[in-house]
Amino acid sequence: MTCTEFLQQLDEMLDPAIAGPLRAELQQHLRCCEHCEITLNTTRKTIEIYRKHELYELPDDLQERLHEAILARCRGCAK
Amino acid sequence: MAAFEKLVRQYERQVFRIAQHIVQNREDAEDVVQDAFLKAYEKLDQFQGNSKFYTWLVRIAVNEALMRLRKRRTGRMVSIDEDVETEEGSMPRDLADWSPDPEALYGRSEMADILRKTIQGLPPGFRVVFVLRDVEGLSTEETAESLGLSVPAVKSRLLRARLQLRERLTRYFRKGTRGKAQDGVK
Repeated sequence: MTCTEFLQQLDEMLDPAIAGPLRAELQQHLRCCEHCEITLNTTRKTIEIYRKHELYELPDDLQERLHEAILARCRGCAK
Repeated sequence: MAAFEKLVRQYERQVFRIAQHIVQNREDAEDVVQDAFLKAYEKLDQFQGNSKFYTWLVRIAVNEALMRLRKRRTGRMVSIDEDVETEEGSMPRDLADWSPDPEALYGRSEMADILRKTIQGLPPGFRVVFVLRDVEGLSTEETAESLGLSVPAVKSRLLRARLQLRERLTRYFRKGTRGKAQDGVK
């Protein structure tokens, strides 16, 4: 397996639920390719960090204002 | 109306986050959320029960957000296909490993600035796929349905979005980084 082929299947390695012969083949490539191992690990960390940090929080007071504005507009529409 | 209000309460935070990731400012995101829920309410009778309400709502919100971007760019067309033909990010170039605990390198608010600045550099068509799939946790199929894309198109964009983000974050998180990135974070 080449590095390009490995990268095309990166999704499979990031999903722990995926098993079977393809995963075994990908792991075999990882054992002898440091570059792909780094790419896999740092991509996994990239996703974890973005999941962990809420970048656009909606403060409670803004949420309430927004909530009321949505409902007022819906009540006011011609439905 | 009471049932719809429950749906608003349930999804307004997620829709706001998605909208802000696309339009990148709070005022426009607020307008997008209002417009999306209003449109959903008006079209509720067109909602087919064969998809989840949330997926349907996200599709409306993404379209509203892209329309808002277009208005801001004085009428220039904006679509989720924009800039996705670039070859950037299809192969990693910077192969440096990261510090074992990149989050220890920066304070919480500085880290949030780095993450915002980095994701804002992606084309909208990559950004929205990454946000829906990896941040909001939609499945590949739900992401495809929300964006009106095929499953292979979502997979291809997701791979490139992830690799581009990883590459751009490497300059902040590489092993041996002791201080801040050279050009600082605004």
